[in-house]
Amino acid sequence: MPDTLNPALAPPANDALPLQTRSELRFLTCGSVDDGKSTLIGRLISDTSGLLDDQIAALRDDSRRFGTTEDEFDFALLLDGLEAEREQGITIDVAYRFFATPRRAFVVADTPGHQQYTRNMATGASNAELAILLVDARRGLVEQTRRHAAIVALLGIRHIVLAVNKIDLVDYAEARFREIEAAFAAFAAPLAFHSIVAIPLSARRGDNVAVRSARTPWYAGPALLTHLETVETGLDAAEAPLRFPVQWVNRPDGDFRGFAGTVATGSVAVGDAIVVAGSGRTSKVARIVSFDGDLPAVSAGRSVTLTLADEVDLVRGDVIADPRRRPAVSRRFAADLVWMDETEAIAGHRFLLKIGTATVPATVSRVVDTLDVESLRRAPADRLGLNSIGRVEIETAQPVAFDSYADNRETGAFILIDRSTLRTAGAGMVTEGLDAARDVHRHAETVTPATRAGLKGQAALVVWLTGLPGSGKSTIANIVESRLSALGRQTMLLDGDNLRQGLNADLGFDTASRSENVRRVGEVAKLMADAGLIVIVALVSPFQADRTRAAALLPEGRFLEIHVDAPAELCRQRDPKGLYARADAGKLVNLTGGDQRYEPPEEPALVVSTGELSADQAADQVVSLVLASCST
Amino acid sequence: MCPPAAARAAENFSPSLDTARSSGLSPHLQRLEDEAIHILREVVAEYRKPVMLYSVGKDSSVMLHLARKAFYPASPPFPLLHIASGWDFQALIQHRDRIAAAYGLELLVHSNEQAARAGVNPFDTETGEYSRLMLTEVLKDALDLHRFDAAFGGGRRDEEKARAKERIFSLRASGHVWDPRNQRPELWRLFNTRLSPGDTMRVFPLSNWTELDVWTYIQAEAIPIVPLYLAAERWVVERDGALIAVDDERMRFLDGEKTVKRRIRFRTLGCWPLTGAIASEATDVRGVIAELLDARSSERQGRLVDAASQASMERKKREGYF
Repeated sequence: MPDTLNPALAPPANDALPLQTRSELRFLTCGSVDDGKSTLIGRLISDTSGLLDDQIAALRDDSRRFGTTEDEFDFALLLDGLEAEREQGITIDVAYRFFATPRRAFVVADTPGHQQYTRNMATGASNAELAILLVDARRGLVEQTRRHAAIVALLGIRHIVLAVNKIDLVDYAEARFREIEAAFAAFAAPLAFHSIVAIPLSARRGDNVAVRSARTPWYAGPALLTHLETVETGLDAAEAPLRFPVQWVNRPDGDFRGFAGTVATGSVAVGDAIVVAGSGRTSKVARIVSFDGDLPAVSAGRSVTLTLADEVDLVRGDVIADPRRRPAVSRRFAADLVWMDETEAIAGHRFLLKIGTATVPATVSRVVDTLDVESLRRAPADRLGLNSIGRVEIETAQPVAFDSYADNRETGAFILIDRSTLRTAGAGMVTEGLDAARDVHRHAETVTPATRAGLKGQAALVVWLTGLPGSGKSTIANIVESRLSALGRQTMLLDGDNLRQGLNADLGFDTASRSENVRRVGEVAKLMADAGLIVIVALVSPFQADRTRAAALLPEGRFLEIHVDAPAELCRQRDPKGLYARADAGKLVNLTGGDQRYEPPEEPALVVSTGELSADQAADQVVSLVLASCST
Repeated sequence: MCPPAAARAAENFSPSLDTARSSGLSPHLQRLEDEAIHILREVVAEYRKPVMLYSVGKDSSVMLHLARKAFYPASPPFPLLHIASGWDFQALIQHRDRIAAAYGLELLVHSNEQAARAGVNPFDTETGEYSRLMLTEVLKDALDLHRFDAAFGGGRRDEEKARAKERIFSLRASGHVWDPRNQRPELWRLFNTRLSPGDTMRVFPLSNWTELDVWTYIQAEAIPIVPLYLAAERWVVERDGALIAVDDERMRFLDGEKTVKRRIRFRTLGCWPLTGAIASEATDVRGVIAELLDARSSERQGRLVDAASQASMERKKREGYF
């Protein structure tokens, strides 16, 4: 096609090019304000001839207008990008810079050393394979050096260059360099870096930047640029097990059904056995499709389209994985969280969580501690403020596939999105799954929930009656079940009080126990719905978050949240179980509608006001809704 | 490009893991290609109605090529949008129509005909105001008219300082305004694609490409480009140190200006009266790359629009230009 359009522009595709073997390295630079970071980047760009005549002219002009150095170029001005920042003389964001040698192309994430440093550094580090930590040879390691090292370690960077800058200002003294090198090695020992290369250099004068300097004859290591050109960083992703998050299902016609995505880690070849992490379905790779023709095998980083040998139901968010080394699939995990939002992170806060290509509702169920990035000590905490880092527990509405971040930077990373502002509020790194049955992998079922419901001639449903004690839930639930049974529907009633005699006999009534009570009832209701039944639940379930979590277990539209609403005073008068009376007498605490609050449903499918309706009338309304929802 | 490093690389080069790929691209270009394809697919998966801004330039040509790859064997599932100022190079319009027809793509073309009738033109109208009226406002109107919620642009971070901090997913509030202080951090490949009502997203799949990357990719993939990028004898006038090609009879000559024939090419293609050419002998892409490897001026220098003021790009971005 192209050659017919433009014959002069279509050389043979196999024509050898210069730069044919050029690889790529993405790295991060960090250091505190006066360590000379921008000067170093400017020097690297300049020494690789990336600095062009008109940029130099603009730089001269800028240096006169904004510059902090007389006469000399202010390399930092080359890097600052936005007007507001230039006028304030500060860099407040991450800027990306580019330079290249014939051997490698470099993408530099330049992050500031002061304000918002945690957020910006985490952002820059997340896509970097190596970090350059700058220290001023005169000042040695400072608090910021330690913080920066801790953050890049947490973000999974395994290769460090300790750039001991301004070595000219300490008269190229080897002793000073060795002292800093040793101090850093001692501090960094617990951070598990794979390589730490310390280099004495002067960004301003160019010593040991592009070429080794004659002024440091005692230094036997490589110049910075040489090290950057040769360091190998890409091994982890290639050796990890296959993870292929499905990004988009490609169905141009009835015949082709491909799963487009990027190989996150590992490799995949035609004929390989695979498993869909969430469902446990297995198949084999039939084709690896690309615009340039089918490929026999691809490895981490490649964006391709897979087709499978079997008809497997796959959607965006699913993860195709190595069946022998599967990711965890769970709704609960612990993680280190970098908090980036003005609003603090506290337990119970709900977000959207994006991991791989899946986006699901999630809750920070617990804040465990915060990390002091300077001492590397953890202190118990119940909240995370802007730019702090801590351990949290996360619970997602649906199960997601993940690995620990230490094992896999691709499938162990997630972001939290604030549901109202839609800001990216936090960046998380999974530390471990929290399910006790961690190594249990879902077994794909041959008979599906739809089959079971179909045999019963109905669509399965969970009808969830929530309301204050004494509002009439149990009474209505009983009438509803009788009517549905009379109509030949197959049902099951789960009454909160009855379940507390058995399944939930170990639980009390404090907030945590109530959540667990609702969680268990939700799971049981889900199982019974999977069995094809119409499940009627009568449960106080006072908290919206708990009910939302239960709803999320069912497919869209299969969970009817019904608010059995009666004025608190009326419930108190009815008091069928004498609970209010006992609470008033001080013999009962944690009573919903008493000392414990009740959160009415935010978006109920139905509200039945039992202050105005009789139990029979209320049941009629519920039955009508159920019949409308459960016919097949 | 880097004499000392070049010498070293030739001496002690040994094949490393990341060169052992099956594709004909270098590991570097392969990574850029894979990353761009990932971004393109992410947008199609997450947005209701995306569009690709197609300027017909070299970056757009690369972006379109990547889109054909990303969705293969399907066609790119979005239309192309070209903002024509009315002062576009003739060869560019011809190339645009040939490409759209050859690839079977839906092409939308929008222009500010009202402003053109009112006499707005690149000779009389102040340059900043001209580009706002003929490009920025038209773009915003077109995005609103079709209710596109995401628009791909070919912008690269290496082009200009204001772009170095640009996100790959760049959020625009209603009115398409860009607030540099209200951009979301981008971590890993986990792009936050969510939009509040009235917001739209600009997405730049070539964010991490450099001008050299674009040209070496065009060469490696044999991507068709507008012939104006290659050197040929063309009629020009010299004005304020720039070579302005005379593309049609509407050229307005200043006193003493003479049309001369020069062997020139263009590094970028804007409105022809505002786009400077460079003297060049590069008649094929390989030649362009060779010239680029020892180039001494960055590509946007040819655009008079940018030179108008310090940080003019940032100002244009705030107004809703890419």
